[in-house]
Amino acid sequence: MNKVMIEHVSRIEGHAKITITLDDAGQVSDAQFHVTQIRGFEKFVEGRPYYEMPSITARICGICPVSHLLASSKACDAIMAVQVPEAARKLRELLHMAQFVQSHALSFFYLSAPDLLLGMDSDPAKRNVAGLLEKHPDLLREGIALRKFGQQVIERLAKERIHPSWTVPGGVNAEFDPDLREKTLAELPAAMAIVKRTIALWKKTLDSFPDEIESFSNFPTMYCGLVGPDGSLRLYDGNLRFIGADGSIVADQVKPADYATYIGEASLSDSYLKAPYFKPVGYDEGIYRVGPLARLNIADRCGTPAADEELAEYRQRLGRIVQSGFHYHYARLIEVVYALERMQELLDDPALLGTKVRAHADVNNLEGVGIIEAPRGTLIHHYKVNDDGAMTWANLIVATGHNNLAMGRGVLQVAKRFVDGNKIQEGALNRVSALIRAYDPCLSCSTHAVGVVPMVLQLRGSNGELLDELG
Amino acid sequence: MTEKVKVRIDGEVIAATPGQTILEVARANDKYIPALCYMEGLSAVGACRLCMVEVAGVARLLPACTTPVQEGLAVNTSSPQLQSYRKIALELLFAERNHVCAVCVSSGHCELQSLAQEHGITYIRYPYNFPKLAVDTTHPRFVLDQNRCILCSRCVRTCDEIEGAHVWDVSGRGIQSRLVSELKRPWGEATTCTSCGKCVQACPTGAMAEKGWGVEEMTKRPAVVSRLTSMREGQ
Repeated sequence: MNKVMIEHVSRIEGHAKITITLDDAGQVSDAQFHVTQIRGFEKFVEGRPYYEMPSITARICGICPVSHLLASSKACDAIMAVQVPEAARKLRELLHMAQFVQSHALSFFYLSAPDLLLGMDSDPAKRNVAGLLEKHPDLLREGIALRKFGQQVIERLAKERIHPSWTVPGGVNAEFDPDLREKTLAELPAAMAIVKRTIALWKKTLDSFPDEIESFSNFPTMYCGLVGPDGSLRLYDGNLRFIGADGSIVADQVKPADYATYIGEASLSDSYLKAPYFKPVGYDEGIYRVGPLARLNIADRCGTPAADEELAEYRQRLGRIVQSGFHYHYARLIEVVYALERMQELLDDPALLGTKVRAHADVNNLEGVGIIEAPRGTLIHHYKVNDDGAMTWANLIVATGHNNLAMGRGVLQVAKRFVDGNKIQEGALNRVSALIRAYDPCLSCSTHAVGVVPMVLQLRGSNGELLDELG
Repeated sequence: MTEKVKVRIDGEVIAATPGQTILEVARANDKYIPALCYMEGLSAVGACRLCMVEVAGVARLLPACTTPVQEGLAVNTSSPQLQSYRKIALELLFAERNHVCAVCVSSGHCELQSLAQEHGITYIRYPYNFPKLAVDTTHPRFVLDQNRCILCSRCVRTCDEIEGAHVWDVSGRGIQSRLVSELKRPWGEATTCTSCGKCVQACPTGAMAEKGWGVEEMTKRPAVVSRLTSMREGQ
């Protein structure tokens, strides 16, 4: 028995490795996805005052600190039992939309575009942002501009792009400057134009990946995400909906506080990432996916005109339920359209400039759950406190966690399709990594893994001896 | 009128009142000497060792906050050696407990943090102690986080000398020293505490804070506490 290790998986956020096991004939018999870092947040926050949780948990991630800030603030709102003032609720959503724009732009342009536009088999030395700059300079510049726009809106609202302290339990700690609203409104059309051009390009490119579409986690699973009361796409608020592989609604309008009735978590022996599953079905058959692909499968519609138009075309091309993980990329771009339209709606709303932006209260509930749709999927923060407000227990289910089982199975599917143990091709192994990149996993808190983490691929014999190495 | 004494601080001749400390004279004359445990309006204890200065003719360094001036005293407030010692003192404070500025309510308004920045501290050369310390959340309005306490005792002196309640003490010795309220009762159960909050205002770090504030949100006003003393003295 031989093993191929992809250690580390590059161009993702965080640290992971993949083990591909080969049988005696050199064919793939098993493949596993391991997350190799342990963080310990749920444990070390015990004893801390609950209102420190947004800033502590924001440090989980440098790409999407806003997601954690918001989910955590919502859990704290529940502990305080307050209604967040209207202006603050809208400002928080605006912040969230800006984050969607920047995070999705990062995933598509910086992390995945090298595979998608330069080719899965292209020279690994150039299959990165620098290579992209050489071949597709205009596209890359637009990608950078789009991400910059998202980051700038975050900065305008929250004063800092990364780990801002603006989002607090009960609301936000400062109102929005009307001048900055005008500035943002003026820049919106340019951002929208970039996304539209990118989607048009992507639609043309899509047909050149038949094998990838066929084998990138292309299997039936359930899907989970937030929806509004009318079943439309929701990213900041809403209730949970679970649908089956055929699109039938399995559970709908599940209140955030009731998530544990439907979501269980299994610990895996070979990964530090737990594996959530749909409880009524059980582990590990209750496999479900979250994130852009899942959200567009779940939602009846987006609820904004341009995004709905794109969604209609997406469904016309790919079907009502899209199951290939490769289409996370397409779904992600449609969500950017939605996020920009939602930003426009929020910026046009006079209530956004309200001056009452923070509700103050003591501990009024000993337990609170906050759920949002982070760029990568459903993010759950669940806290318990004592009467004095000290944390006694925390459970965080991050977006990437929900996809753990699906990524594991996807790795096996794509490895079986592309990897031949008798003749290891770098491009084949890159497809295994590209599958993981399609999910845009956020395995940690770092912004450093943009094409600089070396990917070492090792082929080892049954006694552990090194047979071959690429990297 | 009291007769003045002449002292020399960093070469400049200054007229001072006998009984004044080097630190008081320096501050009154815009000469900067860093300090953490010193606070105007409270007795000086010389605990933090940041105000150490060189005095001509004295072989060892002396704390400016507890050393009275005398005729002819010549003080040097800054030298490479002093800077290096101050840096060591600050780094040891960071290494002793769990100071995590990134998630601290006082970040951006913290005396320890700003002194570290002022002294160019970008990392700590000593291994961190990582003690497991409790957060006392029992008081309805305030919180005490031992992780961020530097044992400057400003709260102890504020409560004793200004409020007159003497809720706070330092128990234990050396590395085991801990700030305690009312002989180790939880703060929320301390019967002598008047909940005036002056200790919180006097605290130079995020160790004591008002409840409910998030990261970077807790600003302190020690000058308000100092003013109480000067107003009483003026009566």
